[in-house]
Amino acid sequence: MHELIVHGAEWTDKIGFVYPNEFIYWSIQIVMYPYMTGLVAGAFVLSSLYHVFDQKDLKEMARFSLVFSLCLLPVAMMPLMLHLQQPLRGIEVMMTPHFTSAIAAFGIVFSTYAVIVISEIWFVYRVFFVEQSKALKGQPGLANNFKRIVYNVLTLGAYELSEEAVRQDKKAVKILAAIGIPVAGFLHGYAGFIFGSVKANALWMSPLMPVIFIMSAVVSGIALCMLTYLIIMEWQKFRAILAKGRGDASVELLRGVEMDLMTKTSRYLMMFLVAAITLEMLDLIFRGYTQMKSWDILRTVMFHEDFVKIFILQYGLGNLVPFILLLIPGLTIRRTAIALVLVLFGVFMMRWNVVIGGQAFSLSFMGYMHYDLPIIPHNLETFKEGLMGALTVVATPFVLFWGVNKLLPSLTFRKQ
Amino acid sequence: MKNHVLRPLWLVLAAIALLLAVRYLVVPSDFGVNGRSFTYGFHRLSNVADWQKFPDKYLGKEYCQDCHEEKVTENGSSKHRNIQCENCHGPAYGHPDNPEKLPIDRSRELCLRCHSQLPYPGSQRGQLKGIDPERHNPGQPCAECHNPHHPDQEVG
Amino acid sequence: MDCSRRTLLKSACAATAAATLPISAFRLFSPAECRAETGKPGTRWIFLVDTEKCVGCGLCVKACKLENEVPYDAPVTRTWVERYVITSDGKSHIDSPMGGRDGFTSPKIDGQEINPKEITKAFFVPKLCNQCDNPPCVQVCPVGATYQTSDGVVLVDRKWCIGCGYCIMACPYGVRFFHPEYKVAEKCTFCYHRISKGETTACVQACPFEARKIGNLRDPDDPVTKIVMTQRVGVLKDEYGTKPQVFYLGLDRNVR
Repeated sequence: MHELIVHGAEWTDKIGFVYPNEFIYWSIQIVMYPYMTGLVAGAFVLSSLYHVFDQKDLKEMARFSLVFSLCLLPVAMMPLMLHLQQPLRGIEVMMTPHFTSAIAAFGIVFSTYAVIVISEIWFVYRVFFVEQSKALKGQPGLANNFKRIVYNVLTLGAYELSEEAVRQDKKAVKILAAIGIPVAGFLHGYAGFIFGSVKANALWMSPLMPVIFIMSAVVSGIALCMLTYLIIMEWQKFRAILAKGRGDASVELLRGVEMDLMTKTSRYLMMFLVAAITLEMLDLIFRGYTQMKSWDILRTVMFHEDFVKIFILQYGLGNLVPFILLLIPGLTIRRTAIALVLVLFGVFMMRWNVVIGGQAFSLSFMGYMHYDLPIIPHNLETFKEGLMGALTVVATPFVLFWGVNKLLPSLTFRKQ
Repeated sequence: MKNHVLRPLWLVLAAIALLLAVRYLVVPSDFGVNGRSFTYGFHRLSNVADWQKFPDKYLGKEYCQDCHEEKVTENGSSKHRNIQCENCHGPAYGHPDNPEKLPIDRSRELCLRCHSQLPYPGSQRGQLKGIDPERHNPGQPCAECHNPHHPDQEVG
Repeated sequence: MDCSRRTLLKSACAATAAATLPISAFRLFSPAECRAETGKPGTRWIFLVDTEKCVGCGLCVKACKLENEVPYDAPVTRTWVERYVITSDGKSHIDSPMGGRDGFTSPKIDGQEINPKEITKAFFVPKLCNQCDNPPCVQVCPVGATYQTSDGVVLVDRKWCIGCGYCIMACPYGVRFFHPEYKVAEKCTFCYHRISKGETTACVQACPFEARKIGNLRDPDDPVTKIVMTQRVGVLKDEYGTKPQVFYLGLDRNVR
């Protein structure tokens, strides 16, 4: 006898008339999924701005955001696997893709994107792999030996370091970054399409959904890269202070580099933020103006049931406040950090309000459903689709980055 | 050494070849477009037969009649003739081998499904003979006075 | 030279054939075409619900759950019965406790007493999968685990479903759910195992009031087809373009 669990019943409260089979079937992990893919896409676009459009001011950020988007890659898939009722069958999306489904493209789009990111990293780091392999040659110790083998494999046998070969690498990086931008946009835009094409859901169905998703994805991706970079620089500064004292020139240098980069990157952030909010507002105004059958229930959800989540937390705290913080002259590191955290929170709330908000009302338009996020898990279901599952997803890219950074140093390594 | 640029590409092609090989092994041979279009008919064909093989649980009055002819005949002339035996006696699947006896639902709740009076104008429910279960002999099984097989007859 | 021209011609023919094939494969049936199909051999299962006859006994829900092994005490169900009570202030009071599995024995709705004098109309509406001609649930399945059979019934392959829930989201009628035991998408099959053998569905058989009927649209002598063709029938949520194939007699505008 299997354990009898009605999926969704655990965390769904029904109010009014809701069809018997309706529950919050898409919960926190489906909030995490577009959020995480958004971070991946955003981080990659940021690194491509340097490689393709030669935005020199992003040079320092480019390498880091590229490696970070590699660490985010497996994490974009994690929420989906945690959400599937039959996770072991997930591979079927690659085996028998039914292309009339927006999800079916996931395997192919995602793999294409992964291939581009990994290849780009390979071209960026190939010279480094070869140098490491040469430097480690003949060094004693099992660890060094093992490391050398790893680097040897990573070179894929391409040891050439001539000027011509290095030039070819750079060209390849540029081409891959250029292809990568539309693919990253597509990866995330189509995550928006997954929702926007569900005609049964009055809140989701909108042709603007993919574009809104791309914009907010780029916003969250840039914000996360900036924030992570900021934290790492602070750590280095802290170490420099410990080693050399507060007034040392190297500390001042670090501070200057950090602040300069933050000011420049935040301009891009604000640009995309404005685009995202404009589109969301357009969507809202259009729904209000056209007053289709669903508007009555949508209005009560937006302005009563979920008012705090949408207008206070998402638009107010998540968009307006950080926008003002970044706009006030005399930007400081602390203010930037607060603004970035708020932006990340705002995009998360946007995902929440779309995914959970779209299920907050019944298909009957006569009732509501409330989602109680399971905090302390008491079975696998409440772990996977609860706070703990979400935190696992959040923690994973940082753990991965820690590991990957040992092989592909993206913070200290300078090529010249 | 000239074309080191293409190395990742060879790797990708190898991965695709591997994927296709796995696909060949994993996907059932009858998987394909079997209906009117790819949109609505892309599936494993043998699943249709899987569903057709699903066992019946409710076997119908004709099945009951084979052994319980007098009961079915008695019921056949009553107002309750449209009610399937299995609605009260439970699905006959496996009976009389296993289970030998069917669990009979004698609860008031069963009768109240139709005979709890609801004041609904325009609905057939309002026209059915009904009672207020809280006033009409509460707690007493209906079958003590009313014969469910032939409700016009007293219980003999 | 000659040989290569022949190969060229051959491949050109093959390419043309390949190009035209998907176009014909993607042809959709309009209602008129459907009507034209009537009388031709073959089967298209349709369903007829007479809301005037339903008394809300819920025996159909009970029979469905036991017939199709949907856990009896789980709140999910393949078919359900809704109660609508419209009061003189124009409000509609709707409920369907446990999908109407135990019938409607209390006049209270959601624990709320309703003054019988204020009731202007009241009725019961059985719901089940509409076996749409354009099923959005099938369109969105990423792996081909749900599909429409050649006789128009939408089924789920329990061995292939990955449990993503996209089909559940795509259905405007809320008929799909996750099976509590098998952990795959579950839905009404029109009792496919029964109708394929010439029997009727468990819910139709269990209904003492003939409020439910199943028929074959392609058979002009089928009593259900005759009613659908000659009487004024309604369908649920026509605006979604799903072309539902469960027809209703006496459908009220308050029905959701």
